[in-house]
Amino acid sequence: MKTLSTEHLLGIKYLTKEDISLIFKTADNFKRIINQPIKKVPSLRDITVANLFFENSTRTKLSFELAEKRLSADIINFSSSASSAKKGETLIDTINNIIAMKVDMVVIRHPNPGASVFLSRNIDAKIINAGDGTHEHPTQALLDAYSIRKKYGEVKGKKVVIIGDILHSRVALSNIYCLQKLGAKVCVCGPSTLIPKYINSLGVKHMSNLKEALNWCDIANVLRIQLERQDVKFFPSLREYAMVFGINKDILEGLNKEITIMHPGPINRGVELTSDVADSGQSIILDQVENGVAIRMAVLYLLAGKVKKNGK
Amino acid sequence: MKQKRIIINKTKFNIIVERLSHQLIENHDDFRETVLIGIQPRGTHLCNRIHQKLSSIISNSIIKVGNLDITFFRDDFRRRQEPLEPQAIDIDFSIEGKNVVLIDDVLYTGRSVRAAMDALMTFGRPKSVELTVFIDRRFSRHLPIQPNYVGQKVDTITSEKVIVEWEEINGNDQVILLNSET
Repeated sequence: MKTLSTEHLLGIKYLTKEDISLIFKTADNFKRIINQPIKKVPSLRDITVANLFFENSTRTKLSFELAEKRLSADIINFSSSASSAKKGETLIDTINNIIAMKVDMVVIRHPNPGASVFLSRNIDAKIINAGDGTHEHPTQALLDAYSIRKKYGEVKGKKVVIIGDILHSRVALSNIYCLQKLGAKVCVCGPSTLIPKYINSLGVKHMSNLKEALNWCDIANVLRIQLERQDVKFFPSLREYAMVFGINKDILEGLNKEITIMHPGPINRGVELTSDVADSGQSIILDQVENGVAIRMAVLYLLAGKVKKNGK
Repeated sequence: MKQKRIIINKTKFNIIVERLSHQLIENHDDFRETVLIGIQPRGTHLCNRIHQKLSSIISNSIIKVGNLDITFFRDDFRRRQEPLEPQAIDIDFSIEGKNVVLIDDVLYTGRSVRAAMDALMTFGRPKSVELTVFIDRRFSRHLPIQPNYVGQKVDTITSEKVIVEWEEINGNDQVILLNSET
């Protein structure tokens, strides 16, 4: 069998198209397994995984934890709010202490871009990036593309628009890389202040009219406005944002085709999506969550295959 | 240099499939309470062949048949150079309370069958599990596992390999003994 071309999952940027196909193919098997009466397999029973969350997370953390448990790995959890990081310990010291406990793999979320790359160069464990600041969130992009593949059969040729706060979004950057590698066409839509200047260099077009963007696309991936990362005002008010870029049932019904709505969560209902859209049949938001577990199991399984046996 | 020797030719091959099918009928009657499960990847060919044969003999009965992937239950993960490629699991019925006949092409160390039994139990609690193999490589077991139905017993040494070939895959029904020693 082919293996992944990388030793860690630091970002979609470092994956090849073949790597992504291999992850999807493995995820198909795990998706089948998590729908069986007994959802657990013993593959990772001699692997220890540390989940290091230096930033808040609900979905990603639960999803990784569940994936690890379904694979029978031993897990330790760390969240920075209840740790010595608050006492002034550096990242590398924290991690080295955890590695000294004989950990084979590390899942890390950190507010600083590049934290996972830094770790992969300094410690001897397989690193999975679960979001590093505004940089990348590879497993989210993989599960988004996988959900599109599950719904449409393939990703190639599909038109995807990413709507919202592109500037502060790691999901957007990873999604752009992933979808383009798989042959999809990607556009972004949002207020100009929230679109990064380099967006054209990625081969992505910016549309400022929501209706035009929705009429163009097959799939709309709607992002949350990340107020916690915004230190200055990028738009006048949330109400105004919701009026110009929020998607409601009337807008969807006014389109000339039926599009699919995705959202990485958490949703701010009434801002980027109204409840009747988020809960409609066109939304695959909950499928994304289920696929997330299968994708994370696949990534963990494939990287665990590269962990060296003790003494060999 | 590799030496290649045919140990079972096409005629004998078909006789064996026929015999295994009749032996199964002897113990399982009309297969109302029995399901056939082929072990991926190579056991599925024998499973399909036996299924075809059984269906032609007992025509008024629908025999349930499925494929089982054992990749995630193997005990040699990370002990191989490269991980094994998972195959499809294809069991769309309940095995709860059923008699299960596991089917594989070659029984060697018994480790695959051990993994298959673990994988099988995730689908429920069968009433009984039996094992059918085309080739039994005797005296080479690592685990206390013995088949219930055997196509042919073969005595081999570790450096030898037994390969069951199928018409739909390799162009001919035959069994080959490969010797990798000079």
